[in-house]
Amino acid sequence: MQKKRLANLKEAAIRAFFFTCGVLAILALVGIFVTLITTAFPAFKEINIGQFLSGKTWDPTSPEKAEYGILSMIVSTLLVTGGALAIAVPIGIGVAAYLSDVAHWRVREVVKPIVEILAAIPSVVIGFLGMVLFAPAISKIFHIGHGLTALNGSLLLAVMALPTIISISEDSLNAVPAAYSEASLALGASRWQTLVRVKVPAALSGIIAASMLGMGRAIGETMTVLMATGNSRTFPHLPQAFLESVRTMTANIAIELGEVPYYTTHYYALFAIGLVLFIMTFVVNLVADVVLNKYQEREQ
Amino acid sequence: MKKITLIALATLIVLGGLLMGAKTIQVKGSDTLVNLVQILAETYMEKNPGSALAVLGGGSSTGIAGLTNGTCDIANHSREWKAKEIDLAWEKGVKPRFFAVAVDGVSIIVNEKNPLNEMKMSDVGALYRGDIKNWKAVGGPSLGVSLYGRQSNSGTYVFMQEHVLGNKNYSTDMKEMNGNAQIIEGILQDEGGIGYVGVGYLFDQSGKVRKGLKVLNVSKTPDGQAFSPLDKAAVDSGNYPVARALYQATNGKPTAASADFIRFEISDEGQQIVVKEGFFAISPAQRAENEKNLR
Repeated sequence: MQKKRLANLKEAAIRAFFFTCGVLAILALVGIFVTLITTAFPAFKEINIGQFLSGKTWDPTSPEKAEYGILSMIVSTLLVTGGALAIAVPIGIGVAAYLSDVAHWRVREVVKPIVEILAAIPSVVIGFLGMVLFAPAISKIFHIGHGLTALNGSLLLAVMALPTIISISEDSLNAVPAAYSEASLALGASRWQTLVRVKVPAALSGIIAASMLGMGRAIGETMTVLMATGNSRTFPHLPQAFLESVRTMTANIAIELGEVPYYTTHYYALFAIGLVLFIMTFVVNLVADVVLNKYQEREQ
Repeated sequence: MKKITLIALATLIVLGGLLMGAKTIQVKGSDTLVNLVQILAETYMEKNPGSALAVLGGGSSTGIAGLTNGTCDIANHSREWKAKEIDLAWEKGVKPRFFAVAVDGVSIIVNEKNPLNEMKMSDVGALYRGDIKNWKAVGGPSLGVSLYGRQSNSGTYVFMQEHVLGNKNYSTDMKEMNGNAQIIEGILQDEGGIGYVGVGYLFDQSGKVRKGLKVLNVSKTPDGQAFSPLDKAAVDSGNYPVARALYQATNGKPTAASADFIRFEISDEGQQIVVKEGFFAISPAQRAENEKNLR
């Protein structure tokens, strides 16, 4: 009797422990969101929210007139992230398809861990590579004075997003039931046709999830873009914007938060940028979730 | 027995704290000076066991207000006191004395392929404000100007803005780099580039200006002579225009402890540290002025 009660107690304690762990993650998220909102809100006592989102000039320490417009940073962030995805997604899917369908298992055993090690390289190291290796190459190839451009940032972020995209895409390609490809091959389709028309569509939800996770990594990355994109506050002049220096939202927060006087409009405005970034990543994740669910429903 | 030991220990700690506290010199102010003075203070404390200094940043204004309100013993300031601040200090019975401890100079650098050797200070300002976008307008080749500068959290960013740009906005086209070394990295590769960095960052291991860089001579007035920041005499005499003295201020004649620390800072040993940290040493004239104020 006593023993059973003790066991029940133990069971309840374990249950409570894991429940707390689960709730903790939610609490952390809610806490961050609440802090962001309460710290960002005072900024709009002095800044018009419309001007904040649509203004092109950010110069809070200006001796002439402080300006708080973040549109150029939003566009720069989207530009750098979009560029990174445009490079990383095709390459990532290609590598994943190679590893899952083409490569000899011995090659795969060597290549896959190497790809995963790529994810462990600190972002500051990648940023440094961008400065001394990629940037000079870009300036030579495009005959421009310097390579500290949005393109440089995109290339580096693509390198950083690749391991995530490759790893998860490969897993989802492997998870496609063998019967699918066997049926396709039995019907006379070539291996290429089987891969492109059967396996990739079947694994699409995983591939999209992989791309979205890669995007999450790219959009929030700070140190690499801070070092590699030149951080000029100018509004990107499309279409040659990729060859211009830009400043992303994350880089701006990193640059200015260290020295901003506390509890000033500038301080609150930096948190407001953080809030906008949070909302952007939230929407990306939400869209990814909806897409994933839709595909999963169709598969069932 | 144990209790007695504990009490004795506690008394010792409290007494020690009081003794140390009584001697601690509070230094506060300029962020440009905070690292330098911190290193000077550490070296000084190593050489003088029992001395204690606490160095804080916060900006020149914070230091000046601290000295006026009696919350610090030495104020670091990278700009001169405003008339209003001096008036306020006198009203409160604080009579500041100033000591130049270092000279902050910024060198204007371009790529070695740039044919220009000198520039007017007003032109440097116009380039950084974005008023001039091509080197042709200042006597150079027809090539776009590519601006390199520091980020707004840097003292040098503010110094240039106040001193060279005439308190106007920087061009938003300026690339804002993470430090002096990154600006140099950029200029080395960019033929149209112009940057500003502390003089201490210009040299390679052998003490020569790094290959690929050119340090511009700068003239104060449009028709004046241009001087190099590498010319010690020009900096000392104030002929090199992109430089300013960095000061410390005390309330009246410094106390024996403060005076001893200031003496160390302006000694040859202290000034060697100043140079090692990328600043210029003070001039003989400034040194004489300091000696006068110490007495």
